[in-house]
Parts: sequence; C-alpha cells; structure tokens
Amino acid sequence: MAERKGIEVSLAIAESASACNVDCIAAYPITPQTHIVEHLSELVADGELDAEFIPVESEHAAMSACCGTAAAGARTFTATSSQGLALMHEILFIAANLRLPIVMTVANRALSAPINIWNDHSDVMTERDVGWLQIFAENGQEAADLVPICHKIAEDKRVLLPIMLNFDGFILSHVVEPIEMLSRDEVANYLPPYEPQQRLDIDHPITMGPVGMPEVYTEAKMAHEHAVRSAYGPICEHLDGFAKMFGRAYHPVESYKAEDAEILFVMMGSASETAMSWVDEVRAAGKKVGIVRFRLWRPLPVADFKKAIAGAKVLGIIDRHFSPGGPGGPVAQEVKYMMYGEKNAPKVVEVVAGLGGRDLDDDAFNNLFDKCSKVLGGGDVPPFELIQVRGGHYGKA
Amino acid sequence: MEKLNVFASRLLPKEDFVCAGHRACQGCAEVLAMRLVHKALGRNTIAASATGCMEIISSPYPETAWAIPWIHVAFENSASVASGIESALKALMRKGRLPKRKINVIAYGGDGATADIGLQWISGAMERGHNMIYVCYDNEAYMNTGIQRSSSTPLHASTTTSPAGKVVPGQQTWKKNVVEIMAAHSIPYVATINPSYPFDLVRKVQKAAAIEGPAYLHAYSCCPTGWGSRPEIGIQLGRLAVETGIFPLYEVENGQYRVQEKQETLRPLKDYLKTQRRFRHFSEAMIAQSEQRVKKEYELLLKKEQMTKEGV
Repeated sequence: MAERKGIEVSLAIAESASACNVDCIAAYPITPQTHIVEHLSELVADGELDAEFIPVESEHAAMSACCGTAAAGARTFTATSSQGLALMHEILFIAANLRLPIVMTVANRALSAPINIWNDHSDVMTERDVGWLQIFAENGQEAADLVPICHKIAEDKRVLLPIMLNFDGFILSHVVEPIEMLSRDEVANYLPPYEPQQRLDIDHPITMGPVGMPEVYTEAKMAHEHAVRSAYGPICEHLDGFAKMFGRAYHPVESYKAEDAEILFVMMGSASETAMSWVDEVRAAGKKVGIVRFRLWRPLPVADFKKAIAGAKVLGIIDRHFSPGGPGGPVAQEVKYMMYGEKNAPKVVEVVAGLGGRDLDDDAFNNLFDKCSKVLGGGDVPPFELIQVRGGHYGKA
Repeated sequence: MEKLNVFASRLLPKEDFVCAGHRACQGCAEVLAMRLVHKALGRNTIAASATGCMEIISSPYPETAWAIPWIHVAFENSASVASGIESALKALMRKGRLPKRKINVIAYGGDGATADIGLQWISGAMERGHNMIYVCYDNEAYMNTGIQRSSSTPLHASTTTSPAGKVVPGQQTWKKNVVEIMAAHSIPYVATINPSYPFDLVRKVQKAAAIEGPAYLHAYSCCPTGWGSRPEIGIQLGRLAVETGIFPLYEVENGQYRVQEKQETLRPLKDYLKTQRRFRHFSEAMIAQSEQRVKKEYELLLKKEQMTKEGV
C-alpha cells in the first residue's frame, strides 16, 4: 500500500477516478469543482488515462452526454457544483430512471441568489428526490476512497443506479491533505472492468427511454423505488469489501463518542470532523455529548441511524439548507420522520447554519448545545432557527 | 428523371429500421423522411431522439418501431446524448473492449428541438467535431404539443400561438435559417433533404455517414395535421416547396455550396401557399412579400454556389 502524500483533495479525486480507468468524462467548469476535471483532462492529454474527455458547453449537456456514454457501455465519471447541478436537474431524473451507473462528485456549494461560490448543502439537498444514490464524504481520504467504491456500487448489476459523491466545496476541495492514494493495480483488484447489463448495441438493438403511458408509469416508479431501497445491501457489501482490502472502514452512519451521549449532534459532510475537537473539549468539562453523521443519504439508512442514536435524550441537528416558509431543513425533517411514533424517542432541536461559506465554528456548536441543554433540562423544544445571522433571528433580534 | 424519382422506392433498400405500426398521423411526411434516412444508414446505426412527434409515435412502451438501438433522454439534448455515444464507442473500441467497426451515430429532433430549445446543444456537439449526424425534421412548428409557432415557422403562417388574428396576421418573423447557422460552424457537411426527392435524400445521408466528423441534415417534413393540407398530397407539396424556392435543396461540403434541382425560374409561391390552411388568410400583399424574400434568398444561394465553386 502506498504511503500518504500531501495532495489537494480535488486532485486526489481526479487521480482516484483515473485509477478507476474511467472510459468517458463529460464536464463543464464550475467553481469549486474545476480542479477535478482540469486534472482529469491533464491526465488524458498526457496519455496517463485512456479516456474520452468531452468538454461540453454546459452542465445540462454534461449530464446528457454522460447518459449517452453510460448507455453505450462506458464507465462514466463527471463532477459539478451548485448552479451546475441545478442546471442538470432535468436530466438527473432521467439518468436515474434509465438506470445508468454514472458517478458524479459534487463539490457542495450554495445556490444563487445572491451568487456565492462557497460551501453549504443547498445544491445537493435540492436534488434529494431525483432518484440517485447519495453519499457524503467527511474528509479528503474518504472522498478519494469513495470514488472506486461509488463505481463498484453503481455498476453492481443488483444496483445499476447513478451515484452522487458529495464533498464540501473549498473546505475539502481546495485543501491539501495527507492522503493514501490507491494505485491503478490496487483499484483494479477491487473494481473489475465495467460490464454493462444492457447497452446500445447494434447486434442486440434495444429501445431506451420510451414513452410511459399512465398504464406503466406508476410501475416504473415502483421499480425505481425498489432499486434505490434495495441498493442498501450491496452498498454495505462494497464498503465492507473495501475495508477488507485496504483497511479503511466506512459505514452508512458514523458516530463519534455517541455511546453514552445524552445530547447527540447530527450533521453531514466535513462539519462533523470540525465538531469532533469541540466535542472533546465539552466532554472534558463533563458533558455527555457526541456526534452522529449520515455518510449514506439515499437510500436513507434508517436502521443504522436508529441504532446510532439509541439512548440519546436530545438530538441537535445542523442543516446546511432549508425550505423558506417550510418546516426547516431536510436532515431535521427526515430525522423527525424516523423518530415519529418511536417509544422514548429523543427530542429534536434544529438549527440551520453554515450557509454560503459561513464557518461552522465553536459559537455555532455552543449555540446549538445551549438549546439542547435547555430541552434536556425539561424546556420546550424551540422551533427551527436560522442561526449565525447578524442582528439575530427575525422576531428575536 | 421525374419518373425515376416517382418509382424510387423500388430502387431503395427493402429493409426498414423504422418499422410499420408506429402512430404517426395519416400523410405524415416527417416519418417518411425518417424512414428513408434510416434505410440509407442501415443496420449499423445508433439513434438518439429528441422529445417530439418522432419520439412519441415510435416508442409507446411496450411497443417500439425501432429495429436499431435507440435512446430518448429529453427534448433539447439529443445532440449531446449522441456525442456521448460516439465518444463511448471511440473509447471502448480504442481500449479493445468493443470490436473496431463502423457504427453510424445519429441524433435527431424536430424544428423546435433544433432551432429553439436545443440550438446550444447542437452547436456544442457540432463544434466539438464528433463523428455524428444530426437531422432536423422540420415541420415548421411544435406539432406534438398542438401546432405552436417555433422560430422555424414561415412568415405569417397561422399557428396556435401565432394565430391569424384581426390585427396580427400570424407569425411575425422570417424562418430562422438553421442550415446556414450550421454551415457557419464550418463542419464538413451540411445539406437540406426532402422525402419528395428520395434519391437525393439517400445520397446525402450516405455522404453524411461516410465523411469523418459532424454532419447536419435539414429535412423538409410535411405535416398535414399542422399545416392543414390534404394527407395525400405530401409528396406533391415537397416538390412544390423546391420548385417555388421556399425550401431549396442544396449541400455545403467543406464550404462548397452545390444546389440540387436548380430552378431556371421559380414557380409562383402562391401555388405552394394555397395548398395549406395555415396560409389561407394571406393577402396578395403578404404573398408578394414572402415571394420577394424567397426570390432574394434563392438568388443569394446561387451566388454562394458560384462564389464557392472550385477554382473560383
């Protein structure tokens, strides 16, 4: 196994895709994802990766071209961010329902307006319902490792679904981390060449993407729902397989000092790693607090989550996106869905924070912790609050 | 010669890849053009379809009219999808995972998918130089959604969103010239085709398939439902369109223009307009306005042919 080397996370992701020997990449530049596809086009130009790099004229065309490459039987990789992901929206549904195993890294970034290139989760959460598998990396090593894992999952004949590998824009994408890179030979042992179940083949012609009348549309949706839900087994299998081969274990849900915690923070992406040092400090002061993090978001790992939070009295959720005028953020909504009707369910306290590149720091964690502590002490559960607002939350300032 | 053209079907390949049983309207000459295009291309072809009439009528699950591999993704992006297919074949053949052989990759869409919503996607695919063919089946409006105007609708034609009203007499703009836009991409081959001239159509499709790089074909596609023409005169209409000069047959090969079925004198445009309900409200002045513009553009086309002649 190779030793750890300092490398920018975006370049590590590109190297990792190259180690997967991808056949086709169709991509369009958007900050903060650009370094991935720049490096991939470099690897192609230097002959280090034998692939077709399609420099398309928009992200919509990128996802459209990816549908074409995957339908023709090529291992397909792309990357995007924010507005680019939003522009792909229409085609994301189609890629999923055509069961095309595309792997796409998303450097999570805020959506306009106002235009903002920095990190939050509004891009991916807006695409929650497109029918892709969705997975979140916490750090650079994980982001790089998840590339072959994602190809392995997506191309599994029991799965055949596109997968979105999310990692935080700038906070991860532009940071140099010590990363243990896998060689092409090592990846080849884990990830065999892609053998499509069906492809556009002149010897065996098929019609892909026909009209679905009302007589068949519901059944098509049911088949898709079944495919996404039952991808859970193969996902766990391939995470385990990776751990056995390379020694780095990843699970659908991760926790940190959660065993005896009364207050558990729930979050996604790189923030949980930031929060670990805060947890250590608060723990030193005798407070029983821990972290639970969704790595897998679709399919939603309900059983893993319930197991991870067992025994906690209060869950403090940090959402990086919300629905204005609605019930708050998506993570909190889904956690509440999982808790509803549960015996001895923990109380759920929710804040929205870390929007558009505002740092998730100790102040934010303390703010949420205070709210959770009050609830733990018998106080009412407050409504969701957008914190870190200069001048305070409206109605409270 | 004219007789030969009439009996063209006997001289064309018998095998069809757009098969009988599809749901096109009676007298649809768009599906006829598409059938001829695929006769010319043959079996070793993969097609990417835009949303539109030719998609809806040929793929109502669980039926399909397609005997070749065919994919539909969305409305505006068939050119991008085809560019992906072409790239994948290239990569997989180079990497030894597919046997090396000639496979035609074709994308197509209607005039709405081509001239309006998909123009950027087609421009991108043509500019990138993929070895593929794009065909626009131009029936001069959004027929699939109920005859709404597109930028390819002729001046003053009545559609459901450019109705011939008491104040505004139909479409207010001249038909967008997508053929020239594609020629301006300096791709190796651009041509207009018309199912009323099947030999010419087949020759151009086969040329488009044979050349390396992108080719664009623009097909005259008579739509009796949308145009208010009699279903049985579709072939005649295609000929009138060429004879009046409103849809000239020509090709631009590596920048060189060549006009087919060249007209010594253009037939009066009225002969064409009077066959269709969409032009019924035309005054003599409106006819004259269109005729003048058609004549001017035809002359310009002949000049381009003259200017780009070899040795000039």
